Amino acid sequence: MSSAARQAVEGVRQPNRRNIELGLLGGAWLIGTFGTIQVAWATTEGMNQRLWITIGAVVILSLGMHVTLRSRATYADPVLLPVATLLTILGLVMIYRIDVASALRAERNDAPIPTPDVYAQLTWFSVAVVLFIAVLILVPDHRRLQRFTYTFGLIGLVLLVLPLAPVIGTTVNGATLWIRVGGFSLQPAEVAKILLTVFFAGYLMEKRDSLSLVRTKFLGLGFPRLKDLGPIAIAWAVSLGVLVFQRDLGTSLLFFGLFVFMLYIATQRRSWLILGGFLFAIGAALSYLMFGHVRARVTIWIDPWAYADDSGYQIVQSLYGLANGGIFGAGLGQGFPNFVPFANTDFIVAAIGEELGLTGIFALLLLYALIVERGFRIAVSVRDSFGQLLAVGLSITLALQVFVIVGGVTKLIPLTGLTTPFLSYGGSSLIANWVIIALLLRISDRARRPDTTEAAPDEALTQVVRRV
Amino acid sequence: MTRPILRTALVFALLFIALLINVTIIQFVRVGDYRDRPGNQRVLLEEYDRERGPILVGSDPVARSVETGDTLRFLRTYSDGPLYAPVTGFYSIVYGATGLERQENRILNGKSDLFFIERTEQLFAGRQQLGGAVETTINDRAQRAAFEGLQGKIGAVVAIEPSTGRILASAQTPSFDPGILSSHDPSEIRAYYEALKADPDKPLLNRPIVSLNPPGSTFKLVTAAAALASGKFTADSVLPGPATYRLPETKTELRNWNRGPCAPGGKLTLAEALAVSCNTAFAWLGNELGAEALRRQSELMGFGTGFELPLRSATSRFPENPDAPQTALSAIGQFDVRATALQMAMVGAGIANAGAVMRPYLVQEIRAPDLTVLKTTEPEVFEQAMTEANAAALTEMMVGAVEQGTGSNARINGVSVAGKTGTAQTGNDRPSIAWFVAFAPANDPKVAVAVMIEESGVAEVSGNSLAAPIARAVMQAVLR
Repeated sequence: MSSAARQAVEGVRQPNRRNIELGLLGGAWLIGTFGTIQVAWATTEGMNQRLWITIGAVVILSLGMHVTLRSRATYADPVLLPVATLLTILGLVMIYRIDVASALRAERNDAPIPTPDVYAQLTWFSVAVVLFIAVLILVPDHRRLQRFTYTFGLIGLVLLVLPLAPVIGTTVNGATLWIRVGGFSLQPAEVAKILLTVFFAGYLMEKRDSLSLVRTKFLGLGFPRLKDLGPIAIAWAVSLGVLVFQRDLGTSLLFFGLFVFMLYIATQRRSWLILGGFLFAIGAALSYLMFGHVRARVTIWIDPWAYADDSGYQIVQSLYGLANGGIFGAGLGQGFPNFVPFANTDFIVAAIGEELGLTGIFALLLLYALIVERGFRIAVSVRDSFGQLLAVGLSITLALQVFVIVGGVTKLIPLTGLTTPFLSYGGSSLIANWVIIALLLRISDRARRPDTTEAAPDEALTQVVRRV
Repeated sequence: MTRPILRTALVFALLFIALLINVTIIQFVRVGDYRDRPGNQRVLLEEYDRERGPILVGSDPVARSVETGDTLRFLRTYSDGPLYAPVTGFYSIVYGATGLERQENRILNGKSDLFFIERTEQLFAGRQQLGGAVETTINDRAQRAAFEGLQGKIGAVVAIEPSTGRILASAQTPSFDPGILSSHDPSEIRAYYEALKADPDKPLLNRPIVSLNPPGSTFKLVTAAAALASGKFTADSVLPGPATYRLPETKTELRNWNRGPCAPGGKLTLAEALAVSCNTAFAWLGNELGAEALRRQSELMGFGTGFELPLRSATSRFPENPDAPQTALSAIGQFDVRATALQMAMVGAGIANAGAVMRPYLVQEIRAPDLTVLKTTEPEVFEQAMTEANAAALTEMMVGAVEQGTGSNARINGVSVAGKTGTAQTGNDRPSIAWFVAFAPANDPKVAVAVMIEESGVAEVSGNSLAAPIARAVMQAVLR
């Protein structure tokens, strides 16, 4: 049965909500267009043909994704695509705004005007869209991914340590998380986080029965058997390894947190959370004592003002920027976002906070919360455990990343270098996050699709045994 | 698996709420702390990014912002920096702001609530925010006359329009160039500021309104006013004016400036005593009136009050609970009596304005960026310090002091000038301070002026020789 025919048959019973999606997308385009025009006016650059082409390209690219969903994932969630598109658009507007600021500064200093980043980011977005469409076409059913559990796990691990490899590995700003292939810098950890989430979901599906067995009781809580401690120990060791050898606090935290939460969800044993928290505390204490760069991060976090001119400069400028924004912001194009080094990558939230204010940051965080909420909702509604774990894992990846970077930029927690999903300038991150959206949409389509295909037999069996 | 998923969702909901609370604290609750941090260039840069409104004297901007090609888009320039420094103050990226630049900052940078309508328009039109203009009460000719007269000396001049309290001149020497302090070169700014701070002559001090000195014989105006107010004395009351006056309860002999009696026979009228500035007569008078009467009269004329012009003036003072000898000395403006040039100009202006002392002010009008007037300062009576009749009597006595007495250098052809000289001792090691308080024309006063010369390098210090000519020049400048 063709998808159109199926839609015709079942459309009455189960509305597919693709038109809602299109409407919401329209809203995102409008916001993006207004934002671009405002930056252009406020910075007295004026709108130009290139900007209109960029707006047109974004519309076409997101329409492409929408059309793909109409044919390939008819019943998918209608909110994820527009929200992720809006975030990407906000990122593009802000990157463009920072480009203008950098150009103005260069002009004043008689320095060569740097290449604008916004068009590169647009290119990365088109690559992300191609991959988004490819995922939806190549993965008609997310359960197929389960077959590649161990393959993905292995590739994921390799990608994680790849930046340490000679020749292609690159160290940028003290952290070794880049590889350089044919002129492009890639952050393999961004891809690894998806592959490892798939791996965790598949692996925990298989092992959760033994991992949820209780041996020792302690303080009224059941703790796992010693021999089942292997996986969490490995995850902990790998995370520490990333921290020590790549000096990447953020990625390290992300993987360990992801694993612990998925372990808890798969086994329903709170003891894993406690154990994870305990291991995290030990790891944090050890790395604080042993590594200068971790200690420096914490010292700056406690009192950034003492280092305002050197190591604390970024965070102090970020706070000044946020304060300058106040409730309503300085207005797009009217702040000083480029005072913060890495304004268009790690610190893009500070730039948004300065120009769009508290209002803007609230809106931004609510957009992220919306994606995460949809992700959890999908996890609850999908019928197979692998899908549940995968959906929840992907949502956690996103949520953790947002918390760690936004918390870092706003001095809630020590600063760690992570990209801000969809907003930050950088291809690897943008592509990876769009693949996450594609996978979530695929699972949600499965969850809401009228049941035409039968569940896999082993799946049905598991459901019976583990009714919950 | 629904339950752990929901619990995990709850954990993340809490984490997001923590983020929301944290940014609310930064961008709303503690936003002022961050903005006021000394290292925060954003606030100043933002100010430099906008066209700051001008400070006007008449219709001429004496401080204004000009566009540069610089990172800091606008440069603050001062057309006659040192001349107007006591009025404008400076506006510096390193040292902040002083003077009107500081007090009227929210007008000049356009952030005042007075600009609500303009701001709303700008918000929607996305236009650059412009600052408002501050029009001062300064009379350019009077200011120049005062500044020129002060050249080569250390001192200050304040001129007031008696009927309103408008400050027509507020000048000082030495002064400084605010233009250098508002430059865009921090090292230049620092070097200049450090030099100014190290200068023993204190050019950064706003001398006309904060430099406190004993007013000497000019305080006799206050004592005379108190005498008239007591009802026990008139201009024609005869006072003892011997060569020396023994301070009560002491063996100290107070002398007249000429070391002889004030008049042949050692007796003279109150009017004559003021004209020749008779110390012995006024010391005696002070004790007759008592410290309380002197204090009350001085406070009616502005002593004991700090004024906001909006620049804040120092509070002039009459000593607390002086004993009899101290009261006698206070009556001739010595001992612990301290006054600013502003204060003594107010004394002159109050007498000139039929006894009504007006509250002094420096800002005439606040204007929107399009120059429409948003706010005009209304003249306000500070105190009715004397009756009209007593003020007229004292005016006549002051005219006598210029025409027949010690203030001869203040005479203006064809204009009747009322004035009083003063020469105050400040201590053994420091030179005496020369004062002159005057107003003109005596029958319809348009200007009252106080001149205070702290140092002149001249050995023979007297109010008439040093201060009176400057007062005359300032009055002529206003009357011309």
